[in-house]
Amino acid sequence: MNLTLKIWRQRNSNSKGEMKTYKMSNVSPDMSFLEMIDVLNSKIISEGKEDPVAFDHDCREGICGMCSMFINGQAHGPDRLVTTCQLHMRKFKDGDTIVVEPFRANAFPVIKDLVVDRSAFDRIQQAGGFVSVNTSGNTQDANSIPIEKNDADKSFDAATCIGCGACVASCKNASAMLFVSAKVSQYALLPQGKVESKQRVLNMVKQMDDEGFGNCTNTGACEVECPKGISLKNIARMNSEYMASTLKS
Amino acid sequence: MKKTVKIRYRPNSNGTSSIRLNFFSGYEIANGKRKAKRLIKTLPFHLITDPKTKDEKNQNELNIKKAKLLAKEWEKNLYKKTNNNGLIIDPKIPKGNLSEKWINHKSKINLVSPANKRQIDVIVVGTGLAGASASATLAELGYNVKTFCFQDSPRRAHSIAAQGGINAAKNYQGDGDSIHRLFYDTIKGGDYRSREANVYRLAEVSGNIIDQCVAQGVPFARDYGGLLDNRSFGGVLVSRTFYAKGQTGQQLLLGAYSAMNRQIGRGKIKMYNRHEMMDIVVIDGKARGIITRNLVTGEINRHSSHAVVIASGGYGNVFYLSTNAMGSNVSASWKIHKRGALFANPCFTQIHPTCIPVSGDHQSKLTLMSESLRNDGRIWVPKKLHDVKMIREGKLSPTQIAEKDRDYYLERRYPAFGNLVPRDVASRAAKERCDAGYGVNKTGEAVYLDFSSSIERYGKERALVLGLDENDTSLVMNLGKQVVKAKYGNLFQMYEKIVDQNPYETPMMIYPAVHYTMGGVWVDYNLMTTIPGCYAIGEANFSDHGANRLGASALMQGLADGYFVLPYTIGDYLSDDIRTGPISVDRPEFEKAEKYVRESLENLINKKGKNPVDFYHKKLGKIMWNKCGMSRNKNELKEAISEIKNLREDFHKNVKIPGKLNEFNEELSKATRVSDFLELGELFAKDALEREESCGGHFREEHQTKEGEALRNDKDYKYVSAWEFNKEPRKSVLHKEKLEYEEIEVKTRSYK
Amino acid sequence: MAISGLFLILFLFQHFTINLTSVFSEKVFNSISHFMGNNPIVQFILQPILIFGVVFHFVMGMVLDYQNRKSRSVKYYYVKGSSNSSWMSRNMILSGIVVLLFMFLHFYDFWVPEMNYKYVQFNPLDPDRYYHEMTHKFENPIRVSIYSFSFLFLGLHLLHGFNSSFQSVGVNNKYILSIRGLTKLFAIGVPLGFVFIALFHFTNSI
Repeated sequence: MNLTLKIWRQRNSNSKGEMKTYKMSNVSPDMSFLEMIDVLNSKIISEGKEDPVAFDHDCREGICGMCSMFINGQAHGPDRLVTTCQLHMRKFKDGDTIVVEPFRANAFPVIKDLVVDRSAFDRIQQAGGFVSVNTSGNTQDANSIPIEKNDADKSFDAATCIGCGACVASCKNASAMLFVSAKVSQYALLPQGKVESKQRVLNMVKQMDDEGFGNCTNTGACEVECPKGISLKNIARMNSEYMASTLKS
Repeated sequence: MKKTVKIRYRPNSNGTSSIRLNFFSGYEIANGKRKAKRLIKTLPFHLITDPKTKDEKNQNELNIKKAKLLAKEWEKNLYKKTNNNGLIIDPKIPKGNLSEKWINHKSKINLVSPANKRQIDVIVVGTGLAGASASATLAELGYNVKTFCFQDSPRRAHSIAAQGGINAAKNYQGDGDSIHRLFYDTIKGGDYRSREANVYRLAEVSGNIIDQCVAQGVPFARDYGGLLDNRSFGGVLVSRTFYAKGQTGQQLLLGAYSAMNRQIGRGKIKMYNRHEMMDIVVIDGKARGIITRNLVTGEINRHSSHAVVIASGGYGNVFYLSTNAMGSNVSASWKIHKRGALFANPCFTQIHPTCIPVSGDHQSKLTLMSESLRNDGRIWVPKKLHDVKMIREGKLSPTQIAEKDRDYYLERRYPAFGNLVPRDVASRAAKERCDAGYGVNKTGEAVYLDFSSSIERYGKERALVLGLDENDTSLVMNLGKQVVKAKYGNLFQMYEKIVDQNPYETPMMIYPAVHYTMGGVWVDYNLMTTIPGCYAIGEANFSDHGANRLGASALMQGLADGYFVLPYTIGDYLSDDIRTGPISVDRPEFEKAEKYVRESLENLINKKGKNPVDFYHKKLGKIMWNKCGMSRNKNELKEAISEIKNLREDFHKNVKIPGKLNEFNEELSKATRVSDFLELGELFAKDALEREESCGGHFREEHQTKEGEALRNDKDYKYVSAWEFNKEPRKSVLHKEKLEYEEIEVKTRSYK
Repeated sequence: MAISGLFLILFLFQHFTINLTSVFSEKVFNSISHFMGNNPIVQFILQPILIFGVVFHFVMGMVLDYQNRKSRSVKYYYVKGSSNSSWMSRNMILSGIVVLLFMFLHFYDFWVPEMNYKYVQFNPLDPDRYYHEMTHKFENPIRVSIYSFSFLFLGLHLLHGFNSSFQSVGVNNKYILSIRGLTKLFAIGVPLGFVFIALFHFTNSI
């Protein structure tokens, strides 16, 4: 395949960036998108005119959540339920022009080219994304509290969030509600997490607002673009948790 | 190397000879230089140089006898006392019965009072299961923890990609599991090359891990009664694996990450994302800090502490193509190795049997398909070479091959364990079939993993439960697919995305790939390396898996080390440090280390070569895979050693790194990692060459039975090879830790 | 937003029901209108609450939209919004502004003269004037088309807003699917109904 790439280039967080155009030829449809960028980078390095394109990536099997490209107007590109590293070139056609941008949100400042700083997510988790139990090993037996399978499964589904930020990137308001609600739901559905669920949701939502994410207007884009298919129901669950907590406190 | 106290005589001017006891304790690395370490004691009596009278002769004999006695006594004391800078490898296994060692050790160990813990800093490098759990627990205990990871968040560590599950001797299924059985399975699975006491301790704390994780809100799979569900994994006869679909590693890591977050929120952990450890700082023989590079700004920083914990994972990426993450590297382990930590069993690498085969030269990494798939999938290749040819040409699809024309080679060769033989065995069997020409994809390097019979079996079961017609094939297949989807949905989806084939309809194609490294930094029972105050935990150390790791045991070991072992044993060491006070980063040792790091980075970036870093990494990977891969032989290993050396020299002449030092520079980070891999690779091959036996993941073609099974040599090789760095990897010095098995009988591993 | 929105929807439904009576019976319409126009509870308690609700809804809507725009100051070069969300959900501010503009017209048409009639000029009570005042407004085809056009936008606004407000207040149970269906029915049915009423009176006038 022959492709035209338009890629966002930005030297560092202070400089102004721009879109640059690159031509790629002989792209194999079996390549992953990142492998295609690898090939582009080795070309750029051997030409020696500029620096290779910086992008975040690590596990390349769709679970670490590090890769984060906004491809042709969609987070993680046109395929569904995949991260950028799992997107394969067979999803594109010969002659296509592909626009590649970083995930954009004020809460995700650009570090370089396609690399953004998502530490806001970490800080939200630090505000309450945990169960306050010490790791002493003196906890009760794992099977002492049976948990209804349905709840355990729902909790698991929420917990599969990989924290990539596609929800924020896709949301027209750059809202982080899907991310936050997934964590809130995971714990709210389990007896172990229920105990402090009120305080948790208040703290996490406050931190989310402080980080400068936008508000949720229920467009549902996050759910569609989420590589792990986290459901909007989690947002509803968080909203009701939040209201109940606000009323009670 | 045998270490004894030698008696030396030195003639004096007055006709006597003084007697000196000379103890050569090996070498030590001081300021990057190798020095002989000698202890000399002059005895308070002497010999008469030329004894003439009988009395004088008697006197001399008596004194020699005395000197010999004293020498022996001293030797004994030294053996106990010599600190780890000397080269005696003492694993410091506590005395007593195997089952009581850990309990006794814990209760006798020195503790640090809560008030003093606040004065003590600990550095943890890496935030995988081991690093995150250790950071969280140390912070809970009250230490000031500084944690470093090169990723943008601690949650990205590659533990997150572990799929199948975590073992624990809970015996919830009532199928005869016990601590002893888990211990036994692990030792046997490791082909009797792991340290008995460590493995027993691992089995002992395994149950606690599950309790802990459930309390933290890890959503493990449950059955309809609300209790935890289990599945079985390779190499064992019980179901003891706890899981969360195919994302167990993710859930456990997020659990540890959340425990860490709680402590970061409390200010007890200071988290440094996008920081890479560049070197360790050793002051007066003790680990006292690290030098890091901020990967965003390129800044070089000094960080001091009273102890350093390395939890940076394994070195599978030395093969370039592996199931490790792109960033996984050996650098932290290698840096401490070069400063005096021994590196153990580097050649023990696990090649995982079920990975998605390589599709082309552009391939950057391999994707694992969880071992749990072997619970329900059957592995086969066609019996007839003709069918193989037709398949490769695309004229025949695997579903068209009749049952009788399929070779379920694992079931054929290992009837007792069938498709659930341990990983090393399954991988070699696949290689054997593919080498014989039965590989089923274009490259001839793939075998089938087929779910059709499970889909049918589950479908019938479901039909019966629902009261539907079990003879309706399409209904049964649909129901069966639903069951399989519930179990492995995400894995099947992943396969489909990568290969573009539907694994519910056609068998998966799989081939072995590098997955885990059992070898690593040598540690004693307390998980301390041979640099005092420097610890290694998780995959970074070597201790628990011997020559082969059983499935679902890596998660267990990572969390056991981090939650339940290190937090105790580190206190023993730190109890001596309560009066040390804060360590200044202005000390000359820090200055020197920083200068060294700066110079080596400048050195790298100033090379105006022509080849990008990946060029070398790929070449190294090829050498490793072809000559140090699933089977190894003397000649090829020797070739590998010199090829890697040449490649390394070429790298240092011709590598091209764009960009600058003081900015985000991925190529530079890659270069520092690859330059360490280029050294490790050589040691790896040297270790494989030295070990003249086949055991676990290490298969030497010269040492096999007539049926092609591994032939172990317990008489000569029942030891841990611990290598001491010496200028160049090929000149590394071998030390041996003898492996003693008290509780179990060492026998030939058989899964037939 | 959700709560004020739901409140306005309740009002809208009430308004629609009353208007609908004008199609069937002039008398019923006049009597209800008279009641609504002169009952002190409606006039001095409910009416201010309603006005507050309207103002709150659009002021908050604009503030939210401003905040949301601010949370991504560097825009994307290319966004393919249609791939993951509906036009309505992405353009609530637009449909909202159209409805707001319409309300100015509506106030100018009915509310201002009404207030003028009652509280400025203190005209005497006339229980039968409402129907004619109303039908009179629907004689002008331009006004009728503006009305119809605005209701189209109200429909779009409701198509996302009504359903979305349940999500915002956290309704998350087995009824959510049925609720979603009902909100869609409402969002299409009620504005269409208003348009029908307008067209009905317009066709009667020619």
